[in-house]
Amino acid sequence: MFPFTYTRATSVHEAIEAGERGGRYIAGGTTLVDLMRETVERPRALVDIVGLPLSDVSATPRGGLRIGALARMADVAADPVVRQTYPAVAQALELSASAQLRNMATIGGNVMQRPRCAYFRDVSAPCNRREPGSGCSALEGYNRTHAILGTSEHCVATHPSDLAVVLTALEATVHMVGPEGRRATPIGQFLLQPGDTPDREQDLRPGELIVALEIPPLPRPLRSGYLKVRDRESYEFALTSVAVALHIRGGVIHTAKVAAGGVGTIPWKLPAVEQHLVGRRPSPDLWAQAAERAADGARPLVHNGFKTELLRRTVERQLRIVGGRS
Amino acid sequence: MTPQPAPRPARQPQAAVGTPRSRVDGRLKVTGQARFAADHGPADGIDGIVHAVLVDATIGRGRITSIEARAALAVPDVLTVIHHGNAPRLPYRDNSFPDSIHPPGERLRAFQDNHVRFFGQPVAVVVATTLEAARHAARLVEVTYDAEPPQLDLVTAPAHEPDIYTRGDAAAALASAPVQLEMTYRMGRNHHNAMEPHAIVARWDGDRLTVWEKTQWVADPRNELAAVFGIPQAAVRCYSRFVGGAFGNSGRTWVHSVAAALAARELRRPVKLVLSRRQLYFGIGFRPAYEYGVRLGSERDGRLTAVVHDVRGETSRYERHSDDLALGRMLYDTPNFRQDVRLVPLDVNTPTWMRGPGWSTTATALETSLDELAHELGIDPIELRIRNEPADDPATGQPFSTRRLHECYTTGMREFGWHRRSSRPRAVREGDWLIGMGMAAGAYPAESAPAQAHARLGADGTVVVRSASSDMGPGTTTSMAQVAADALGLPMWSVQFQLGDSMMPPAPVHALAWTMASVGSAVQATCDRLRRKAVALAVGDDRSPLHGVPADEVVVRRGWLHTRADPRRGETYQQLLARNGRTHLEAVGGYEPPEEIRYSMYAYSAIFAEVAVDARLGIVRVRRMLGVFDAGRIVNPKLADSQAHGGMIGGLGQALLEHTVTDPRDGRILNANLADYLVPTNADATDIRAIYIEGVDNEAAPIGVKGLGEVVQVGVAPAIANAVFNATGRRVRDLPITPEALLMPR
Repeated sequence: MFPFTYTRATSVHEAIEAGERGGRYIAGGTTLVDLMRETVERPRALVDIVGLPLSDVSATPRGGLRIGALARMADVAADPVVRQTYPAVAQALELSASAQLRNMATIGGNVMQRPRCAYFRDVSAPCNRREPGSGCSALEGYNRTHAILGTSEHCVATHPSDLAVVLTALEATVHMVGPEGRRATPIGQFLLQPGDTPDREQDLRPGELIVALEIPPLPRPLRSGYLKVRDRESYEFALTSVAVALHIRGGVIHTAKVAAGGVGTIPWKLPAVEQHLVGRRPSPDLWAQAAERAADGARPLVHNGFKTELLRRTVERQLRIVGGRS
Repeated sequence: MTPQPAPRPARQPQAAVGTPRSRVDGRLKVTGQARFAADHGPADGIDGIVHAVLVDATIGRGRITSIEARAALAVPDVLTVIHHGNAPRLPYRDNSFPDSIHPPGERLRAFQDNHVRFFGQPVAVVVATTLEAARHAARLVEVTYDAEPPQLDLVTAPAHEPDIYTRGDAAAALASAPVQLEMTYRMGRNHHNAMEPHAIVARWDGDRLTVWEKTQWVADPRNELAAVFGIPQAAVRCYSRFVGGAFGNSGRTWVHSVAAALAARELRRPVKLVLSRRQLYFGIGFRPAYEYGVRLGSERDGRLTAVVHDVRGETSRYERHSDDLALGRMLYDTPNFRQDVRLVPLDVNTPTWMRGPGWSTTATALETSLDELAHELGIDPIELRIRNEPADDPATGQPFSTRRLHECYTTGMREFGWHRRSSRPRAVREGDWLIGMGMAAGAYPAESAPAQAHARLGADGTVVVRSASSDMGPGTTTSMAQVAADALGLPMWSVQFQLGDSMMPPAPVHALAWTMASVGSAVQATCDRLRRKAVALAVGDDRSPLHGVPADEVVVRRGWLHTRADPRRGETYQQLLARNGRTHLEAVGGYEPPEEIRYSMYAYSAIFAEVAVDARLGIVRVRRMLGVFDAGRIVNPKLADSQAHGGMIGGLGQALLEHTVTDPRDGRILNANLADYLVPTNADATDIRAIYIEGVDNEAAPIGVKGLGEVVQVGVAPAIANAVFNATGRRVRDLPITPEALLMPR
């Protein structure tokens, strides 16, 4: 671990000042400390924000949900409001990491996770995320777990978060506070595809701090759920995962929100699937036809070609699970 | 063979042996009071300890062209950086002691040249007064290399000359067999992933070296470090009281231990070195990957007429590690058998034993191929095995000491509900899940080795028994106390078994499932001798109530020496010693295996598995497993369950999860951590049960055991693979079985 200073922020204002001076925010620390030990992360100054009053979870006036950035994963998963309004959020959290990690990790940190890639974590390997221009080891290397969507010649790593897949499906907003005041941006624009700048992972300006994530109200009744396919039954990242939310009225799908994980460099919204569903009646055929569009644009690598078909099947399965009881 | 009654000259009642006792050191372990290698320090009189951290090579093969340590040495608290450029040349005598467990070849040396033989090889060691400084400085050591492409392909790399076993004429028998099958199985490389990382504390006192080491055998660090530093074995002492799991990777002494001892000698200070989790994938061995070509010839009724195994297994370029791949020779009655084993030297660190070494590997090939034959012939897999059950060992012609494999099958069929299995694959569906059952058999040699023990009965009536064994997790400390307690007629609480000190009476390496047969027999012999000493003292003492009683009429129960006829006539050990003015009685004893082995001696397993496969998504879940074991006497059923469950969970990992991934370009291990190298979690291993076929094997060991710790993993992986076939109709011949191998068309 490289030497660093450590301070504790007692107010959001104080945190932002420290952040503006180059401090790195630390909350649960479950990603950052790990990566500091591997010397992937080498912050000079840590600003501990865990004492800030940003852990409220509450329903918004018209039926949305606002989750404070410092709410712990375990607490959010257990929250009755969350479980009632957006069960997919609780499901995704419960399928994430381990109980110990969920007790420590925060929602803001979850969204801020660094990419999942063995070469990224190994400082002796070239990696464009860590060292822009050094090359991507995964492109020609072992890339079974890597992305098939949103990749570039500079990076093919997946975003590891389960929660962010649900937030992406539900079109959540990221609320930030920074030196220039408050700002909000849709999560689909907040998380950045690698493109030519793989080292830029979020639309976050110097000193900006995530304060909350907000899921907008969706028409009710709403069914939602999260399905995660993985090698191991517990404590394992997704090979593929799918978040689905459906509003079905009068036997017709009026609203469909679908996103996938484990396949994209960011959580991958599936608008073609959504469009195919809206206005149609639930049926096994519909799920299959819609799922056919799930891997549109996929560019598989040597070892992850199976994800293309697995993604379609995961989408089909989860559409049936969520929408099947019509 | 019908089991014969145990020779029990003592005729002591059995009170502790055979009962499910909790670990005597369980409380110490769960409360953090058990001190493992890295926990040693000032409390043990080791003052001024400093911390060593290894620098690992970042190429797969080549030479070091420069090492720049200035930045590392500039870190406050850093004391030294040792590498091939400044390390003293060490004597490195051969460690060719009669009981050496080091494989043939030229062992890897600590900082003696600029060669890099594998990715992650230690190229330098940084020592500092704080661990943080040492870790940080290790990152700052700049090493440049002249790298060459490593050879890492098991299938295409040139192999050593084959090791050939043959009986009959397998080629001819195969060619004329009415049924012929040919398959190739591949098994991925596995790492042990014990909970406790390898660790050592090394301290020199003049020319004497003391190490607190994680090891399965305190004699090996003593022997190896003595050889490396050119000092007498008696000048090295090794302690290892607790071991937090090892599974075979702590049998031999690895190069990091030499690095720690070298640093301690250079600095004249005690040095602690703990490998990081990542480093545990680099230099402490692994279960080698195998490619296993199998050809079977059989009659239409399933009787095997020919078996041919063509095997390729990986080893390093500098040593030849060879697993014992003998299961195929003895499990079935095959007149014609040929096995060619080719070791393929690769640019990897030397593999080593891993639970069920060799035997679990062969079981995967052999037992999957039997399942394929059963399917081909339309014969139940168990019936097929029974039809090929040998009367005597087909490899040696010797009679079996005990072989209750048939009983394992029938018990397993009944308890598992084998009759509910559909013989037609892909016939049972529950929603999205296809359900299947599979089974496999296994065996592991019931061997033993010379061992000695010392027992001391104190005036307070308690006993301390000592032997230089280890306890990597099976509960040796507990089970030996059970053996000693019964031999001495004492309650468990007044017996203590101590191990893990190379100055204790010698014991063999704590491996190969032979500790109870070897050390257990030595403990029993020693404690029998001690009891007889006490009895002799009593019957010869005219003040004793037992005076004049024939010695073999005296038994001891709960510390009370009495005549067999009249339990009231007797006295306690305390009374006996006090009256005779003795502070203690002691005895040394041992066990020597018979020189001539007249029987074929093995422990056996029959493993049953039920899996659910989501055929659309490729997910496999093991719903339940049953292991039925013929392991001779079970000393402690609770500890046995712990062993059996652990072994079966290990087999589950082999079947479905575990696979060390190496980048062929530079040998980089890509899943060198417990998040990416997948071992089963509790959620993966829900319903696991073990049954032990009752019986003792008095040929295998005086105390009737055949060894359990290895056989519990033999046959598990093929049972699961066979269940996957039964569920899906898809035969996956590469382990681990991954979702992508099972994604089926609609």
